[in-house]
Amino acid sequence: MNLLNDALNGLGDAFANLNDLPRIGLALALVAVAALISYWQRAGVEKDLASATARSFVQLVAIGYVLELIFNQENPLWTVLMLLVMIVVGARTSGRRGKATPHATRVSFLSITLGSALTLAVLVIGGVFSFTPQAIIPIGGMIIGNAMTTAAQVMNRMSDDLLDQRPQIESMLALGATSRQAAQIQFRRALRSAMIPHIDTTKTVGLIKLPGAMTGMILAGASPLEAVQLQIIVMYMLVGAVTFTGLISAYLTYREFFTPAYQLKSLTSPVET
Amino acid sequence: MSIIEVRALNLTRNRTPVLHGVSLSVEQGEIFVLIGPSGSGKSSLLRCLNRLEEPAPQTVFLNGDDITSLPVTTLRCRVGMVFQQSSMFPGTVADNLAYGPSLRKETLPRERLVELLEQVALDPALLDKRATELSGGQAQRVAIARALANRPDVLLLDEPTSALDPIATHAVEQTLHDLRARLNLTLIWVSHMVEQARRVADRVLMLDAGRVVRIDTVDAMLDPQHGDPRVLAFAKGDDGRMQDEDEPARTDVVAVKEPQP
Repeated sequence: MNLLNDALNGLGDAFANLNDLPRIGLALALVAVAALISYWQRAGVEKDLASATARSFVQLVAIGYVLELIFNQENPLWTVLMLLVMIVVGARTSGRRGKATPHATRVSFLSITLGSALTLAVLVIGGVFSFTPQAIIPIGGMIIGNAMTTAAQVMNRMSDDLLDQRPQIESMLALGATSRQAAQIQFRRALRSAMIPHIDTTKTVGLIKLPGAMTGMILAGASPLEAVQLQIIVMYMLVGAVTFTGLISAYLTYREFFTPAYQLKSLTSPVET
Repeated sequence: MSIIEVRALNLTRNRTPVLHGVSLSVEQGEIFVLIGPSGSGKSSLLRCLNRLEEPAPQTVFLNGDDITSLPVTTLRCRVGMVFQQSSMFPGTVADNLAYGPSLRKETLPRERLVELLEQVALDPALLDKRATELSGGQAQRVAIARALANRPDVLLLDEPTSALDPIATHAVEQTLHDLRARLNLTLIWVSHMVEQARRVADRVLMLDAGRVVRIDTVDAMLDPQHGDPRVLAFAKGDDGRMQDEDEPARTDVVAVKEPQP
């Protein structure tokens, strides 16, 4: 898609203009001031600040070189490989956050992969974006990042609810409900908890703050109207990605808590009398 | 043929043995009470009877059928269960009563809902009340009626009165006693009170550390000459009045109706 490619090229040029050490050094001076304030006020975050600054520099420079390399490759497998790396990192992060769920990393990996692949497939097959590294990697990154947050949210909400509401769920199972029927309320709540923040963001977009993609395009010199078009696509795309991922992770998560004989697993033993 | 038979049931949870070679049989229409100290495995044994805990094949039988060979949802309709905490589902009392049949796409007519409430001695006017607004005693009786909506042959009761005050406890005991008489329902009832067992049970099984101590009538178990010393010790610990001859017998259940709103 020309709109996106132009925008990304423009953004690249803008970054290239900033890519010199004196400017980075000037920005770093602000971090040094922050460290001084922390020391002065005994906030005790100087080491964390130094570590975060160093890590972000190394990570971003490294990813810059990796993207430079991949953008110059003809073979689309490199793009797929990059997306896969993003998914694995996302699944590990989200799996750590949702550790009350059995096999949380596997659930995250499958949810993020399927949710992201489905969203990207709709966008590419529908002709919204072309399958080029310049389009797919940044767009895939946005989708995978949101899918990662969604998977963690769904796992956490559902595991909390299933464990807290064990008496109600077992009462339903004892009346002949299947696992899916007994977990229906928790399933809906988990899906809603993942979707509502995105729906709210979509409702208020542009009124409270300008979103990232749009800000980037405007900084890169695109007209606000062009930026708005891309932002609309991004917002709708993320609503789709969050819904797909939320649905898949809710489905995979509830299954982890039940046996095939419709028994709620004893992750924490029931009260014995 | 016994309606429920358990043969040499062992159960392990998180690599810890919970039940050791438990065997028992319960007859149709019997009130069979499981007693024993905390952690003795009473609730685990009860949960094996409707597969909320998984028993090994060929260890638990319903009317002669191995329960692990029955579809689990069918088993749980035939063997209902009422828990210590009567979790009311969102919605009205009518919604709660209709829950089990609705899982099978069956709609209960209003008359059946009224009948279910009457079976547990509750005012049918409660049907449209929000279930979460019921008192503890009312909620427990709605939970019993909710289980009855599936027309079970056996009702498992996991300390159904332990969260209730004495008046509500006696009302629930009376309701269950009446249900057994009217529907020839088999009741398997976990209780930590020997005194309650004395009021309601036909026979009692005492468990200790996952093993059967004795299965007998309450009177035989508590006989000062021939009773089991462990049961006698448990009864003393449970309630010193157990040795009083003046305690009411099971047939003297106090029929106290809970005040209706």
